[in-house]
Amino acid sequence: MAERTAVLGVGQTKYQTTRGDVSLPGLVREAAYRALEDAELGWDDIDAVVVGKAPDFFEGVMQPELFLAEALGAVGKPLLRVHTAGSVGGSTAVVAASLVQAGIHRRVLTLGFEKQSESNATWALSLPQPFSVSINAGAGGYFSPIIRQYMARTDAPELIGCMVAFKDRQHALRNPYAHLQQKELTFDQVVESPMLWEPVRFSETCPSSDGACALVLGDEAAGDASTKPVAWIHGTALRSEANNFPGRDEVNPQASRDCADDVFAQAGITDRRAEIDAVEIYVPFSWYEPMWLESLGFCEIGDGWKLVEEGATHLDGGDLPVNCSGGVLSSNPIGASGMIRFAEAALQVRGMAGDHQVDGARKAFGHAYGGGAQYYAMWIVGSDKPTS
Amino acid sequence: MSADPSVPPAALSGEVSLPEKLAGVELVRSVRTPIRLEYDFIPGDASSGYLNAFADRKILGQRSPVDGAVFVPPRGVDPRHGAATPDYVELPDTGHVGGFCVTRLPIPGRDDLEIPYVSAWIHLDGADIGFLGLVGGIDTAQVRMGMRVRAVWKPDDQLGRTAENILYWEPTGEPDVPVTAAGTNAWHAKQAEGDQG
Repeated sequence: MAERTAVLGVGQTKYQTTRGDVSLPGLVREAAYRALEDAELGWDDIDAVVVGKAPDFFEGVMQPELFLAEALGAVGKPLLRVHTAGSVGGSTAVVAASLVQAGIHRRVLTLGFEKQSESNATWALSLPQPFSVSINAGAGGYFSPIIRQYMARTDAPELIGCMVAFKDRQHALRNPYAHLQQKELTFDQVVESPMLWEPVRFSETCPSSDGACALVLGDEAAGDASTKPVAWIHGTALRSEANNFPGRDEVNPQASRDCADDVFAQAGITDRRAEIDAVEIYVPFSWYEPMWLESLGFCEIGDGWKLVEEGATHLDGGDLPVNCSGGVLSSNPIGASGMIRFAEAALQVRGMAGDHQVDGARKAFGHAYGGGAQYYAMWIVGSDKPTS
Repeated sequence: MSADPSVPPAALSGEVSLPEKLAGVELVRSVRTPIRLEYDFIPGDASSGYLNAFADRKILGQRSPVDGAVFVPPRGVDPRHGAATPDYVELPDTGHVGGFCVTRLPIPGRDDLEIPYVSAWIHLDGADIGFLGLVGGIDTAQVRMGMRVRAVWKPDDQLGRTAENILYWEPTGEPDVPVTAAGTNAWHAKQAEGDQG
């Protein structure tokens, strides 16, 4: 049986367009210190460090984990880098957890980061490739046709995406770490914002952010020793698939469904909507909320937009609050974004999510996806130790 | 975790003192250093065959030895199970529009593109995956999934070893492919047809 593993501490930086006051090492060190302070531990208590970020050409620094080793207290310790594109923050946490679950290390620091102000990710994602024509304008250009397919399949009302975007921006006002703090924003302004990648509007897309997120994970003894509530890991799963093959379901990829089935089975969850109290899913474009709700089995296929429409995913009054932190739509330091989902799930079951806390949350779901919707990372955390 | 992001971690809240020789020196906060990387691309067997054929206005795909699925562009391998795909197939320059996006943003290096423009997954007749192309010769609001298209090529004296020999894809005027058999649905529709046949 795997060693029981807990999230002992969470650290984040305030997400914003430019953190001009710190270098990359300064940025990651701030998140790491916050996580250590939360865990009431010091650098000497950490046995290994696992780092994730989006592809290196986003900032033009190759293998930045090597020059960040000192800032992350990793000198003389095992340091591992994880690469799974936009899902990397989630995959990195899963890899870090596996080192504790396998009994290899007792306490692991894991961290994801991006400093988008030092590059331009949209155009980094539009690099000319000799075997293809260069007409794809960033991630929005890639995901918009898939969103269009979802809309065609479900006949969802046209403004569902705007409802998601407005909801997440409202949630962000309750999270002081969230990047976008649009107090005056109205629903009509979301609807009237310009189309960038039709049918995706400007207000339905994520911002570019600088930021880092860190977690301290520990074994069962470390979790028991904590004076603060910890988040126990009830399941972790990773899956991937190729991004273009005959008959690929781009709207509801098999890797997504398989990953969800695996993680819910590990956690012993049969009624996903009823048993999960808080959901943090990777939604960089608004329509991905209903799309993932279906793929993840929180509702029947074709019903995701209905949950949005009836307000089920809103922190106020919803039975399945989604992205209470404001989500990727409100903060997107790409390499950290997946880990933020995992961290926010942990904060919810520790009762430490502040103004965006779901009352009495006991089990929460964290999710990340990346590449051409082809890499998946998921975990389920709970207030109580897993029984098996 | 602290509820207030403006409170720095205790370990980072101390004053930073500079060596005396730096007193009064203006602090450098950031340096902008644009970088440029030029490289030679060696395309390998499958991509070489594909790119060379464009100079003769031909579109080459490769056929999977497992179930006959045809890939364009060919990458030498069937991504579903890793089988090598050594056999080339010449494809016609006609097909239909699968998923598409009406983009209202400029792309660096493509100042020639008029905004808005439509990028689409073009599913060639006889191919089983889509590849990217521009749709032209039609109002952007009229583009639809399943619309039949043909390639509009550059003039002969401008042809290179590149997919950009195809300027764009224009409507043929033929009836649309039903949405249930268009784009990524095409493979499943074909399998179902095969089962019945």
